[in-house]
Amino acid sequence: MDLNLTQEYVDFRAEVESFLEAHKDLAPNRNDRSVRSEKRLAWQQILLANGFAARTHPKQYGGYGAEPDALKSRIIAEAFSRAKMPGGISGQGINMLVPTLLELGTQEQKDTYIKPTLEGTMVWCQGYSEPGAGSDLAAVKTSAVVDGEDWVINGQKIWTSTAQFADMMFCLVRTEPDAKKHQGISYILIDMKTPGIEVRPLMTMTGYAEFNEVFFTDVRVPLHSMVGKRGEGWMVANATLTHERGMLGDPDAALSRLNSIADIMKQEQLNGRSLMENDIYRDRLVQLQGEAYAMKMNGMRLTTLASQKKSSGMAGLLVKLQGCELNHQMAELAIDVMGEYGILYEDSPFARDRGMWQTHYMFDLGLIIGGGSAQIQKNIISERGLGMPREPKPTTPAAQKAN
Amino acid sequence: MHFGLNEDQTMLQDSVGRYLEGASELALVRKFVDGDPALAADLQNGLMDLGVPFVLMPAEQGGLGMGVLEAALIQEALGRNVSPSPFTAAYGMAVMALRTCGDSDWLGRIASGEVVLGVGATEAIGGREGAGLTLSGDKVSGRASFVMGAEAATHFLLTTGEQLLIVERSSAGIEEVALTTIDKTRHVVNLDLDGAAAHLLAGNNHGEAQSKMIDTGRVLLAADTLGAATMMLEKAVAYSKDREQFNRPIGSFQAVKHMCAEMAAKLEPCRSLVWYAAYAQDNVPEEAGLTSRLAKSHVSEIGKFVARTSTEVHGGMGFTDLLGLHYWFKRIGANRQLLGGPQAVREEAAQLQGWVA
Repeated sequence: MDLNLTQEYVDFRAEVESFLEAHKDLAPNRNDRSVRSEKRLAWQQILLANGFAARTHPKQYGGYGAEPDALKSRIIAEAFSRAKMPGGISGQGINMLVPTLLELGTQEQKDTYIKPTLEGTMVWCQGYSEPGAGSDLAAVKTSAVVDGEDWVINGQKIWTSTAQFADMMFCLVRTEPDAKKHQGISYILIDMKTPGIEVRPLMTMTGYAEFNEVFFTDVRVPLHSMVGKRGEGWMVANATLTHERGMLGDPDAALSRLNSIADIMKQEQLNGRSLMENDIYRDRLVQLQGEAYAMKMNGMRLTTLASQKKSSGMAGLLVKLQGCELNHQMAELAIDVMGEYGILYEDSPFARDRGMWQTHYMFDLGLIIGGGSAQIQKNIISERGLGMPREPKPTTPAAQKAN
Repeated sequence: MHFGLNEDQTMLQDSVGRYLEGASELALVRKFVDGDPALAADLQNGLMDLGVPFVLMPAEQGGLGMGVLEAALIQEALGRNVSPSPFTAAYGMAVMALRTCGDSDWLGRIASGEVVLGVGATEAIGGREGAGLTLSGDKVSGRASFVMGAEAATHFLLTTGEQLLIVERSSAGIEEVALTTIDKTRHVVNLDLDGAAAHLLAGNNHGEAQSKMIDTGRVLLAADTLGAATMMLEKAVAYSKDREQFNRPIGSFQAVKHMCAEMAAKLEPCRSLVWYAAYAQDNVPEEAGLTSRLAKSHVSEIGKFVARTSTEVHGGMGFTDLLGLHYWFKRIGANRQLLGGPQAVREEAAQLQGWVA
């Protein structure tokens, strides 16, 4: 254990901080989520040029070409967070598609897609889940059949965030209907402007449409749109699912959420006394603080393991399950300390931050379910982390084919 | 920056772990619990051969001059093997107090093996039943309850709340009441003192020494629980792969897998928290008090969950004495209450942050 930074990293941190100081007038608002704003795209160019976005991506595809260094990545993230300045554009294109193309794409696919994706001018959405293929993702039914020079796609995807403004989709389709479940899938890239695609917003319990449904009716895409070979889509997709699991659950975010709840507890009053003076709420706060500290330290351990290129083991497998649960419990506490005011929502008089904590409380439950539900996470932890046996497969002939 | 154990720390952990796995096997622990004191003495000698007890002792006194992190790794191994040992009190808390006070005289007597200290700090955290000590001249009177490390103590390090002092176990004016707790792997006693001769520790920073002593004790109890709970998780996983019902290992049922996954997912971050809290004691003074309290309270909560859940995974066998799983269950249960239960410790953490007066 040595939590001091060596001189190289102290210098690097100073470098990041002076960059941020020099460029603070050019940064867009941190809460600006509009993906097409000129200021955001210009900011992305500045970050790319200075190695604060796509830092380790190869130069030939528009990246910065630096050696992977988990500690430097963390120093960058912390410095941006302290300065309250937005980092580079993230999203499924950069986080999931680009690593997949780098690993498995053709030269033409790499040349066509990676640079504009990193620059933020090409936005992607992920077409994986279907109404009948959630936890059992390999059960996807959306079909693609060859007709002349095209794949012809029919079916439906769900949970496609960003589909409403995406240029492209990376998508799992069934191309080999007679093969076993996992061997019948292919990974295909679809231009969202292709005729036959309909995007419908999917309203969730929060009252907002954070997701969409996407319908395909005789959608034609060229044969060369496939990544990997026919029937290898499951393997291709799994290369990126690992990236998604790594993305969720930032431990520093948990402690800063906890501190904002502490502030709320000092401000909110019940019978003239702050809620921080209430023993029961205060005890809940410190309980969550213990857990948030444990998760932060677990995250620091993961940074070290990553920088040593060692496997993260159990410490990595638990992050999605525990991180999402912790966030949800913090939102729960924030609502509880507000009492009746905790139920005020949207533009209600007296609402705190438009009922933001209720939005968190509901959306965080969505995150517990999405991206591999809590129960799927527990299967992964017990099977991969603890080496426990898999559930035996059903033995009827029909069930065997389905597996 | 490196968050994790270095090579020396890993070697220390491995050597103590390997030693205790054999020397403190369950059959021997059972004998100790049944009244044969041999194991405690054997372990003390064995650990001495490894140089382990003097981990916190400054090098000038012939110790290893290491930090609370190294002490926590030793304690974790002791918890993992439910080993009878006065380590927490005698070589963790007491040495930290003496080290902070700069009391080289008593440190020297410990290093020579002449003195082994039990520690009574309960009343500095919260008094019950009117317990507490008062000092009059060099005589101390009153009650010190739940004094830890009584297995091998020749002397006791006690506190009046403001001042730290040592009494000799055999001296006049001390009545010792042995307590029977759920955890028979360690011995705690109540001391009723009536004008017993007291030796004040050196230095005039007893308040600081007392805080550091309790912080260290709490980190070590958290480490002990971490070790014990890790063992309970491993035992649950092993048992679930072995035990068959409905013609399949119970570990293939999701209900059982998810219990084990929950234990692992909650417990693994505790390891990082204990490492950091221990490291902070010597290296991050502004976080030492807070992290020792968060580690003690959080690891106690997770430890309780693991103790209960692992027992359930073992089914009826977990409830019997046959597997001896209950020794770990009880060790975790005792650690939770000693030096402040989770609620009391969290309240201190809130006070420390100015969240409550």
